[in-house]
Amino acid sequence: MAKKKIEPHPMENILRMDRIPHIWCPACGIGTAVTSFASALEKLKVNLDEVCVVSGIGCTGRVAGYTKVDSFHTTHGRAIAYATGVKLGNPKMKVIVFSGDGDIIAIGGNHFMHAARRNIDITVICVNNFIYAMTGGQVAPTTPLTAYATTSPFGNIEPPYNIPRLAEACGAVYVARWTALHVRRLTNSIVEAIQKPGFSVVEVISPCAQYYSRINRLGDGLDMMRFYHDNAVIKHNEPTENLDIDYQKQIIMGKFIDREKPTYIERYNEWLSESKPKKK
Amino acid sequence: MAFGIEAEKEVIMKANKKDVLTGSYYIDGDVAAAYGAIAAGCKFVGGYPITPSTEAFEAFVHRAPYVGGITIQMEDELGSIASILGAVWSGKKAMTITSGPGFSLMMENIGLGAMLETPFVLLNVQRSGPSTGLPTQAGQADMMQSRWGANGDYEIIAISPDSPQEMFDYTIKAFNLSEKYRCPVMIMADECVGHMTEKVVVPEADKINIEPRRFYKGPKEKYLPFKPDKDLVPPMAKAGDGYKLHISGLTHDEKGYPTFSQTPDTKRLVDKIRLNADKIIELNEDEIDDADVVVVSYGITSRVAIRGIEQARAKGLKVGNLRLVTVWPFPEKRIAELSKKVKAFVVPEINYGQIVYEVERCAHGNANVVLVPHGGGFVHNPEDIFKAIKYAAQEKKKVEGIIEHKTELYRLIHEKNS
Repeated sequence: MAKKKIEPHPMENILRMDRIPHIWCPACGIGTAVTSFASALEKLKVNLDEVCVVSGIGCTGRVAGYTKVDSFHTTHGRAIAYATGVKLGNPKMKVIVFSGDGDIIAIGGNHFMHAARRNIDITVICVNNFIYAMTGGQVAPTTPLTAYATTSPFGNIEPPYNIPRLAEACGAVYVARWTALHVRRLTNSIVEAIQKPGFSVVEVISPCAQYYSRINRLGDGLDMMRFYHDNAVIKHNEPTENLDIDYQKQIIMGKFIDREKPTYIERYNEWLSESKPKKK
Repeated sequence: MAFGIEAEKEVIMKANKKDVLTGSYYIDGDVAAAYGAIAAGCKFVGGYPITPSTEAFEAFVHRAPYVGGITIQMEDELGSIASILGAVWSGKKAMTITSGPGFSLMMENIGLGAMLETPFVLLNVQRSGPSTGLPTQAGQADMMQSRWGANGDYEIIAISPDSPQEMFDYTIKAFNLSEKYRCPVMIMADECVGHMTEKVVVPEADKINIEPRRFYKGPKEKYLPFKPDKDLVPPMAKAGDGYKLHISGLTHDEKGYPTFSQTPDTKRLVDKIRLNADKIIELNEDEIDDADVVVVSYGITSRVAIRGIEQARAKGLKVGNLRLVTVWPFPEKRIAELSKKVKAFVVPEINYGQIVYEVERCAHGNANVVLVPHGGGFVHNPEDIFKAIKYAAQEKKKVEGIIEHKTELYRLIHEKNS
């Protein structure tokens, strides 16, 4: 019998195949987000030497370990601050922060706010699974009201963050939200976000079958996908104040913000060329 | 070693002329440190203002655009240290500047810096604590924190300058050490040194030796980010050069990939400093050979101690002066060696006992160890140091543990309460 030729994985040049299998659970949406990201890089036809992924800690924090570009797995919450340093240290890099809702919005919320305000030219892909999954299902600042988590056993009483609204208020130039079901649109959004000069945010609503769905009895990954299929609606340019996510209610997706602003480095260079510091 | 630079071969590089403002200045220690950083080739500072270190940050910000550097005032100290780690990995020499409370906030990322073997310099202009403490006044109570602050096992290098001139000189040395050993180097200054204004001589650029970054030079596909050279330090690569680095704060192997158990790399983090300690340690010794008592001090206290030592010598006491320029790694061998010859060590420091524990440990019970403590706020009264020396010289019996010298301040507090 002729030996069957093993076909290379189609994303071999972007994923670290020597680290596969990955650690994510079955039915998790992070893999989908990574696939979309990889497709986006392929579509963009960028020089992969100039792409850099920075992650924090958590399930999504592991993304840096699977992408075959310069990748940094840093401390909890500090991915954006670290990425700021990478970008300013070498402005030709395309820096992508790939991390979770807990890492970016809770412990790293301050860096998110200020990087957006400064308009640092980085792209944040924030995978929002409504829960702290790596540690076993604790309540997050994105957990919808009344949803259960191991640390909100009587139902969450804290209103969650509306990530697009926060991003818009802080000054992000590009804000979009998709679910892990809408891979084609998600990929397009990541392409746009990376191309966009300035601080761009793509929120990816992701199923967490092991914790969020299990604790809340929402079924398995397929059920979550079905839920997204039935309840997620596309409303481009929807005012971000309408984008709150209520427990098992409609999820509004789309591209909400796409505006022009000078980036931090553009402003700095403009100042440099105006003041021409030569001697001192 | 197959690839990467030869560890034994000394590469001598000189400072860039553009970065060195040759001349003599009348500036404070903070500003001198900023000038030193620029002379060393530092091109990035991520900072956050905190008294009494702010002047160093400001001085750097003002000079950076003229030398092709960039600075950013981050939203907090957690951000400022994370940003410099990022900048180092994209190829810059970087520093952050802080003081006590900010230093505490930076701890987790100092651990990350040690774990990623990231060369960077941290200037801590110590103030009095704990907590907010006395923001505008001196302290030396972050010494143990600088050594043990982050979780896990790692080693750092700490230098304690005692004058604005040394702030300049030793900031350059700090950068050189950090590049050489790929580890965090802390300049543990204090408010007095930071705010003291003195003459600072900035030499010509070709008089300043600069340790270049140890960039890997072999074939790209064979690069392993944590494969060490002979001196246990791995050569570095930077993001953007096509190495497809994976750098992780998780315990990792030579490739940088996470592992599920301790690896030789974790041990190497401590060994690369411990086994190279003799090359790193710098001490200033004065009249130590026939001394009965040796005063061990660092930072501003070493300058105050000189007065006490002179007083004692005028009374005919044989006092040696041992000044720790590098506090970490600690000069264990030298203290052990001296402990066999001298009666006692006197350790004045602006805290209630930190480095004194190291001295006691290394004295192995051979000599008495007298602590001259001082709460933060201001420096010792040299009289107290003199009295402690006098006591140490007269004490005939071996006293176990540390002998706390009762300073005037101590008496004031306790007499008031009794």
